[in-house]
Amino acid sequence: MGEAVEHPALKYFRKERLPHVWCAGCGTGQIFHYTVKAIEELGLDPDRVVWVSGIGCSGRIGAYWIGDNMHTLHGRPLAFATGIKLARPELKVIVHGGDGDLASIGGNHLIHAARRNVGLTVICVNNFNYGMTGGQVSPTTPLGSVTTTTPFGNEEPPFDLCDLVASAGATYVSRWTTFHARPAINSIKKALQRDGFSFIEIVSQCVTTYGRRNRMGDGPQMMRAFQRMSVTKEQAARMSEEELRDKIVVGEFVDRQRPEFSAMKRELMKMARGG
Amino acid sequence: MSQSQTLKGIDYLQGNEALVEGAIAAGCKFFAGYPITPSNEISERMSWRLPQVGGIFVQGEDELASIAMVIGASWGGLKAMTATSGPGFSLMQEGIGYACMTETPCVIVDIQRCAPGQGIATKGQQGDMMQARWGTHGDHEVIALAPASVQEMFDLAVEAFNLSESYRVPCLIMAEEIVAHMRDKVRLRDPSELRLKERRRPDIPPGKKIDFHQLDDEAGIPPMPRFGDGYRIAVSAFSRNRMGYPITDRDLHGKLLRRLSNKILNNIDAIARFETSFLDDAEVVVVSYGTPARSAKSAVKAAREEGIKAGYVRLITVWPFHHEKLRALCGGAKEVITVEMNLGQIFGEVERAVARNAHTSLVSSPGVEPPTPWEILSKIREVA
Repeated sequence: MGEAVEHPALKYFRKERLPHVWCAGCGTGQIFHYTVKAIEELGLDPDRVVWVSGIGCSGRIGAYWIGDNMHTLHGRPLAFATGIKLARPELKVIVHGGDGDLASIGGNHLIHAARRNVGLTVICVNNFNYGMTGGQVSPTTPLGSVTTTTPFGNEEPPFDLCDLVASAGATYVSRWTTFHARPAINSIKKALQRDGFSFIEIVSQCVTTYGRRNRMGDGPQMMRAFQRMSVTKEQAARMSEEELRDKIVVGEFVDRQRPEFSAMKRELMKMARGG
Repeated sequence: MSQSQTLKGIDYLQGNEALVEGAIAAGCKFFAGYPITPSNEISERMSWRLPQVGGIFVQGEDELASIAMVIGASWGGLKAMTATSGPGFSLMQEGIGYACMTETPCVIVDIQRCAPGQGIATKGQQGDMMQARWGTHGDHEVIALAPASVQEMFDLAVEAFNLSESYRVPCLIMAEEIVAHMRDKVRLRDPSELRLKERRRPDIPPGKKIDFHQLDDEAGIPPMPRFGDGYRIAVSAFSRNRMGYPITDRDLHGKLLRRLSNKILNNIDAIARFETSFLDDAEVVVVSYGTPARSAKSAVKAAREEGIKAGYVRLITVWPFHHEKLRALCGGAKEVITVEMNLGQIFGEVERAVARNAHTSLVSSPGVEPPTPWEILSKIREVA
């Protein structure tokens, strides 16, 4: 009998906290894995990487990180992370948040952190609903989807979060799903190597509250559905709005340079001190 | 820092400006705030003074962001502060509770204006005093100071940072529009003559599992590591065990709650400061805080000139409220008058302290202006 092999992500996980809070089949643990894989492949020192998160299922990601982490208020992780980055610009600061946390209650901080180009790596776990509180509608719930607060189907159009942060000024923007393990890891690596505000949306399966009500099956079935629904931005460019209705457009949307916020604050200091 | 740009010596400043210089002298290196009258001169002055001393100013997108940035910067190792007024103070309450629960040192300035609602943005009131105490949800203790002069805007800014760093608790400066916009001579004390306090850092090297979150000591204040120094700390406002991890256990929750309260309450003698005069033989004591204390002092002096045995107590620290000390200060007085610029918020606390020994009454104004010395003197004459 061979020894049990430990999951490769576990050395970055606070094992004393197991069992974790996530449901069987949930994509959040995969996103934890993708993030630590990117850190490992880049050879970053975990003691120089701070994870910040807000409230919700994805808000728990940061709290399992082996290094420094801060579990903050609902909607505010980007503002807390901005304070940390300004105080300690030499650290890598990663923010995990859900669609509710980052785009609804925290929507204002999302656009302003992007506008300021704060040097944060933001990973948005888009599971189309408020999982932790039982599956209410969120700003990314697709039209017509059933949630606990849209029993007749969602009548509100969803946000395109990548478009939103790109318009607001983010310097790196991409979207993948939990199915796209390697592209997602590569995107996180790229984001961690950029100075500015990086935003990676990862569409993730919420089996228990969203998937069940919308008859999407278990975790692997939902991931296969994401695979079928995904089109590249190049494919999307040739498709009509009607054809794109139930699609997830994946790929890198923005990769550009702009001065980073904490670096600009340091420049300002030099100027103010006449040096 | 080759060239210290801390201002020193005698200056003629507005209260809000003096407060900024006090904060800078205390070592404040981070400020985030959102525009709101009548606190704006604080962020305006911070925006040019902080970069000069190697600090960072951010105008937050709102008050929710501002308090969150301040807490984040504090965990990044900087002395951090925000300033606001009533409506913004309401928005910051969740963040203040987060700072209480995570024991984050930070200073929050509330330049109170007439309220509730939008009230009168340009006129002062002391309407947020109970909000300062109970604004955020749950049992908790904060420290709140009430400056009564431009000099005290400077001095109590220093004191607020010292208290906040020492006790790892948010410290509130509950000023109001009048003292904030008052101009007066102020001595900008040299940082070398200030006894500045710094939060206690872990005295062991990183790498070991350290108890940063819970202590067996019922009133202990744990050392505070800084992010990025290798201590691998998990910060969260969940009720927590020694490692900082969430718990649902009654005993552990109770232990945390009591420690967070007791670290303040057990040190109340050191924290709670009073200014007193004419108390030795006082039969009527006037209790006040903040700007209205200026009227109260005039009234007590005038009463003394008339031969009335009036005494004066000013609360410099309003929270934690030191009932026992106030009772002792009021001693044998048969009448205790509370003077404040609201319909009677701190009056209730004064009553709790002295009502068994003395008859109590209130002289209040609804804001805009403090009660006049004449109004207070009339009450003193009436009850003497």
